[in-house]
Amino acid sequence: MLKKTVFTAIAALALFAFGTAAFASTQVVVNGSTTVLPVVQAAAETFMKGHPDVSISISGGGSGNGIKAIIDGTTDIAMSSRFLKDKEISTAMEKGVYPVPFRVAVDAIVPIVHPSNPVNNLTIEQLSLIYQGKITNWKEVGGKDLKIVIISRDTSSGTYEVWEEKVLHKAKVAPQAQLQASNGAVAQAVSKNRYAIGYIGIGYLNNDLKGLKVNDIEASRETALSGAYPVARPLFVFVQGWPAGAVSDFINYLVSPEGQEIVKKEGFIPLY
Amino acid sequence: MNRTLKEKIIKRIFFLFAIVSLFILGLIVVFLFMEGLPIFRTVSVRDFLFGMYWYPTSEPPEFGIWPLIVGSLVVTFFATLIAVPLGILSAIYISEIAPGVVKEVFKPVIELLAGLPSVVLGFFGMAVIAPWLQETFDLPTGLNIANASLVLAFMAVPTISSISEDALYSVPREFKEASYALGATKFETTVRVIVPAALSGISTAIILGMARAIGETMVVLMVAGGAAMIPESIFDSVRPMPASIAAEMGEAPFRSDHYHALFATGIVLFFLTLGFNLVADYVSNKFKEVGSGTL
Repeated sequence: MLKKTVFTAIAALALFAFGTAAFASTQVVVNGSTTVLPVVQAAAETFMKGHPDVSISISGGGSGNGIKAIIDGTTDIAMSSRFLKDKEISTAMEKGVYPVPFRVAVDAIVPIVHPSNPVNNLTIEQLSLIYQGKITNWKEVGGKDLKIVIISRDTSSGTYEVWEEKVLHKAKVAPQAQLQASNGAVAQAVSKNRYAIGYIGIGYLNNDLKGLKVNDIEASRETALSGAYPVARPLFVFVQGWPAGAVSDFINYLVSPEGQEIVKKEGFIPLY
Repeated sequence: MNRTLKEKIIKRIFFLFAIVSLFILGLIVVFLFMEGLPIFRTVSVRDFLFGMYWYPTSEPPEFGIWPLIVGSLVVTFFATLIAVPLGILSAIYISEIAPGVVKEVFKPVIELLAGLPSVVLGFFGMAVIAPWLQETFDLPTGLNIANASLVLAFMAVPTISSISEDALYSVPREFKEASYALGATKFETTVRVIVPAALSGISTAIILGMARAIGETMVVLMVAGGAAMIPESIFDSVRPMPASIAAEMGEAPFRSDHYHALFATGIVLFFLTLGFNLVADYVSNKFKEVGSGTL
């Protein structure tokens, strides 16, 4: 008798387990840029509330990793803070894969200094010279007589690429520049150092940091969307081929007014 | 099933496990070389090892890792300088001097320190040591060689201390007794008899501690500052090899020159740690006490 009860209980449990597994059947895997990650993460949470049958798992390994995963077919959606590189396009073509881009937000990159720094504005030219190590003291750009400590990103990050393209115009960053591996680490380092200059995505600005104007233009939604602010870039998600099913639903959600509200809340600039 | 057959089967199973783990490790090494060697089609070994500039994404790119090698060696050197006296003296204290109760507490606590996640130590270096260094010495940056060496020393002390302590502990009682019988004081016995007898174990401990420091990634990524240049003072920033690999691998385009260069940096690191281990092995054999002192 007891045996029978136990057996029934196990059977019921097994049925329950299988039942739920079958219910949450659609898995969407997302990988890529850590810049885009907070947006997709927040959007996925609200999206899954409305679609209990879809489960979205997100990891951030950088734009390059995400695009690689899309080309290899190991992920459904790749987040990227840059467009495809020529080499990635040719690899994709070789494998017969067609990555489709969707623009989901605009990111503005802001030069930052310690709040005690009196400098408010730098031109692109000045920023470029500072990062090349040709301007080495804050007094040369209207600040105090302090050495400038340059904080840059690892040369393969999407944020660095934008900085290299829009500020340095392909010139090399001075070798004495410090390297930090994430937006958060740059923010942390600059907030603790009154000698430092760094650059981060607009979403990472906080009260411990002072964002600088570039060419007398303050980074904001209007200036980034209109193209007036010179250091801005679009953020993408890539999918393999034209999206269908849950992937398509999720991307639609990202670009919907609701999704764009999340983009705004995360500190990026919505598309409209 | 008879006993010999059973023995044979068990032997085979253990052999199989040993082979599988060796095989997997071997595959990792093969993979490391397969992904790293192609870079030498683009740059010569000499330019790679001794090149002064690391600009992997510029046009044209430059793949010189000499500043990174120097960064790794400098940080390891200063960490060893701090960790060796601390580690060995604490081992001597625990093994020879401390009364029973103190020993019962100190030994596990030091071993526990070895289990502290490196990211926690790195964060401590970044949020506490860096501002302190900067204020105290009025420096432009607190993320520098001094900071990284301090944090790496914290990590190496438990390794050095616990292995040295084991070595000191295994020095046979007869040695000590003979020394006392000859009228030596406790200090003389410790310095002239016990430490020399345990020297092979202590040297192994130091080298393993150094190997741990040179391979450590998270700490140097967070607190060494990351400037890819030859440092001029102990307060300059450096970028040790593991920091460069960890920071850049995520975004390096798959199978690009940059990707291969990072794997090749891994090969250099592999040879360095391999070198440390071979030296440790050699030293522990060379200075081995024979007879009843054998470890």
